[in-house]
Amino acid sequence: MIIERYEKPNSVSEAFDLLNSTPKSVIIGGGAYIRLGKKHVDLAIDICNIGLDFIIEKNNTVEVGATTTFRQLEKSEILNNYYDGVIPKTVKDLMGVQMRNLATVGGTIQGKYGFSDLITTLLALKCNVILHKRGEISLEDFLNEKCTDKDILEKIVIQKDERNASFQTMKNTGTDFSIINVAVCRKDDKYNIVVGARPSVAAFATNAMAYMDASKGNEYDIELTGQIASRELIFADDLRSSKEYRKELCSVLVKRALQEVMK
Amino acid sequence: MKIGVTINGCQRNIDIEADEMLLDMLRKIGLLSVKRGCDTGSCGVCTVLLDGLPIPSCVCYAAKAEGHNITTIEGAQKEAIDIAEFIVAEGVEQCGYCSPGFVLAILGMMKELKDPTEDDIKHYLVGNLCRCSGYVGHLRAIKKYLEVKR
Repeated sequence: MIIERYEKPNSVSEAFDLLNSTPKSVIIGGGAYIRLGKKHVDLAIDICNIGLDFIIEKNNTVEVGATTTFRQLEKSEILNNYYDGVIPKTVKDLMGVQMRNLATVGGTIQGKYGFSDLITTLLALKCNVILHKRGEISLEDFLNEKCTDKDILEKIVIQKDERNASFQTMKNTGTDFSIINVAVCRKDDKYNIVVGARPSVAAFATNAMAYMDASKGNEYDIELTGQIASRELIFADDLRSSKEYRKELCSVLVKRALQEVMK
Repeated sequence: MKIGVTINGCQRNIDIEADEMLLDMLRKIGLLSVKRGCDTGSCGVCTVLLDGLPIPSCVCYAAKAEGHNITTIEGAQKEAIDIAEFIVAEGVEQCGYCSPGFVLAILGMMKELKDPTEDDIKHYLVGNLCRCSGYVGHLRAIKKYLEVKR
């Protein structure tokens, strides 16, 4: 990315004003992935100084600030205590420690990266995002919107409850991006099934979820749920994998994730 | 633009481009121990410590370092020599290109983990690639170094 000017504001409102006063401007979190793009921007706004690196446990929710790094997620006692520790498990093998010290929650979500493992898990947990101007919206709505780049993601909010969750991924090498990833969350025998890195951004497998909710949850149902998920979602080729291979892997990983949350 | 940054204990004011990477800035001012490898943050040869934490300098904007402490091998000479002795003794040092990144990652690990197990070491250093040695020697050297340190 070619950048003409780089600013590090000290508050969210200052960052928001800068973002909206310059037409070709972009928010920088860790900057690790955005740097790989070929955009030409007049202003890069680095939000590392605005105090959004936190993980806070509240009465009913867990809140994670936008500039919290993946390494902070991985080491967080709070997050290890909830949802079977699925958030730390999701990020702990993402590239090396060095990259996890740089990559941020907000950078990944605001970028809506298809290769993101974290988005897949957060979507399965049905978390909400808090934007500076628009306030609270669901992560699902945020991901589906076409234009959200003139607002600033401040934090994500996850309901604090007893849920079982599992994250499954397939990679060419341990530290590569996922060929495909799957997250399943179970609460009161209702299932959220999310498939990401198809290679487009993560999405719910709604037919598979409906089938699983209505089923008895035996081995046959689990197998069939995986197949339904692989049939209903759109897969594509890229340099990591063919769409046929992704489809095959999808049903296997959904099955494994369901088996894990049903233990 | 000009940024103020503490590099290896010395306060510096450095002129940078807005889209300059930390790796390029450090090499520009003569810190040539910081190597260029994959340029995507995957191989670990460009590792430096930012406030004591290892980061890949090839994918970190130089402007991000403003007001922070950067440590390279040039600023960690004593520890680097200590670790290097164990690395050489185990026959790990071959082309040596990965060594500065490895040593800084080890220093970062020692600050972060009190008593790392073999699995902790492997997990912490997975982001440092070495195409010569196969890592077994690295692991032997690190374990021996940690034993002596204890």
